Amino acid sequence: MNETAGKPVFTPTEGMTGKPLHYCPGCSHGIIHRVIAEVLAELGVLGRTVGIGPVGCASFCEQYFNIDWVGAAHGRAPAVATGVRRAVPEAVVFTYQGDGDLAAIGIAEAIHAAMRGEKITTIFVNNAIYGMTGGQMAPTTLVGMKTSTTPYGRIAAEHGQPLDIPKLFAEIPGAAYVASGSTDSPKAVLQTKKYIRRAFETQMAGQGYSIVSVLANCPTNWGMTPVQSMAWIRQELMPHFTMGELKVPANLEPAKGGRPE
Amino acid sequence: MVQKLLVKGNEAVSEAGIRAGCRLFFGYPITPSSEIIEYMARRLPEVGGQMVQSESEVSAVYMMLGAAAAGERVMTGTSGCGFSLMQEGMSFLAAYHLPVVVVDVSRHGPALGNLDPSQGDYFQMTRGGGHGDYYTFVLAPSGVQEAADLTALSFDLADKYRMQAIIAMDGVLGQMMEPVEFRDPPALELPAKDWATRGKGNGPKHDATGYTLDPVVSEQRAVAMADKYDLVRATEQRWEAFETADADLVVVAYGTAGRIAKAAVHMAREQGQKVGLIRPITLWPFAAKPIEAVAQTAKGFLVAEMNIGQMVEDVRLAVNGKAPVWHHRTLGGLMPTAEELAERIRLLVGEVSTHE
Repeated sequence: MNETAGKPVFTPTEGMTGKPLHYCPGCSHGIIHRVIAEVLAELGVLGRTVGIGPVGCASFCEQYFNIDWVGAAHGRAPAVATGVRRAVPEAVVFTYQGDGDLAAIGIAEAIHAAMRGEKITTIFVNNAIYGMTGGQMAPTTLVGMKTSTTPYGRIAAEHGQPLDIPKLFAEIPGAAYVASGSTDSPKAVLQTKKYIRRAFETQMAGQGYSIVSVLANCPTNWGMTPVQSMAWIRQELMPHFTMGELKVPANLEPAKGGRPE
Repeated sequence: MVQKLLVKGNEAVSEAGIRAGCRLFFGYPITPSSEIIEYMARRLPEVGGQMVQSESEVSAVYMMLGAAAAGERVMTGTSGCGFSLMQEGMSFLAAYHLPVVVVDVSRHGPALGNLDPSQGDYFQMTRGGGHGDYYTFVLAPSGVQEAADLTALSFDLADKYRMQAIIAMDGVLGQMMEPVEFRDPPALELPAKDWATRGKGNGPKHDATGYTLDPVVSEQRAVAMADKYDLVRATEQRWEAFETADADLVVVAYGTAGRIAKAAVHMAREQGQKVGLIRPITLWPFAAKPIEAVAQTAKGFLVAEMNIGQMVEDVRLAVNGKAPVWHHRTLGGLMPTAEELAERIRLLVGEVSTHE
């Protein structure tokens, strides 16, 4: 007999509303939502957190988080977060942004929020493709990767190389905490959760801007099964982006196994 | 004794905003509005506020959106290209029903144009300058005192109706100095901001969003906006009427042009011509009521604008074919002179008389 029989093996977090997610089967947005919600609940800050949403597959994510929420236009979440932060000094403020939202149309807002050392946290979800609009090239699309706007594959000479966001942001003085995790395995998810917690702790200690890049999948637009997509994150995405903790404030010990490779 | 200060229009709107309770200003420098952001940078820290100089006007409008969503009184000042860059965010502010105050110190355009005064932003201000279906308050002062008064009023109107309010300045009004007495607007009963996204505490969560894929919900939201705009049109039109009771010719002009037109109407009256002036103070809701009323008796209208003919369309809608409507345009960042308007008035008074 299974020894877990009769015992709860899963409890919903109070950080989420319980509304069923609209994401495609196997998408890692749900995992990332959950670890953010768990961290906010564990920190005891659900009542004073304001989330800022992106445009992309997560455009409707306010309905899942049990916190106050402001939806931003495409790429503008760091500016909206700045406004909330300046208005409510005691709030915990974070943005949830995809690769198109942050690294393309919103790169100016993101870099300048970091430059100002704005006391906000950004969760950057990178799946190397535009999901909501149907699989177009992202700034983080790998060279050679076929998308609906790079039908012959991304060509470096024409489209440029993918942007390594964690590496770029680690160079910005106002960015106090920069980490890069993944969702390709339970172990990676737990590590990412640790990064997200430390990013919020950095904000709450008033140390400046914090960002956690999270490599995610897109089985639908990658044309893979969820299991294949997780393997693809490991084999193709992780070698192309700087992983681990890139920047840690002096008062925080680097997380175990969190050093850049 | 009432204290009067000699200040620039840009300083007057800034100080009036602070006195109305604005403690957060987000903006990007652009001539001829930059005294506003500079004034705020100097003054806001003195009253416990903050000025954030954004990386662009795009960013500034969304910083305002965040602070307005959190329930704060917020403001920006801009001009020309900067006002264009804010229009995406203006659309979001409208959809979210968020009150903010935007001062547009308009300059000649299109493109960079020049730095001189213009009324070329009339359509952009009064038609909802961004995408989609919405309106904002547009208040048009014709002097520095009125700029201060309307700024103070605009915060209350914005909060009362949960709408954006635009102060329609221009390069002259922003830069010229006049004595100003800062005074409170008539007290309005304002609704509590129980919708503010500041953290839910132990209560239900608040969402400031405007996105749904359900057309039934979209329709409900759009109808709520349309009903609000109908109410504002019915109740919040403001204008100055001068010598219109017996006027054969009614001049319609706003802002700087309205001020010059008033001088021209004075000159025409001294010559015995039956001329009056309607100066719209609200450009949206457009001050149609006094025009509809006077169109019953007036024989013609002259619209004087510092643009190629924008407000004239609203005047024609209000006159509704009851009398001819002429347009006097001044372009390129120039202003009409009272003498040239008086001459145009003299010719048109002669013309409407021959139609009798």
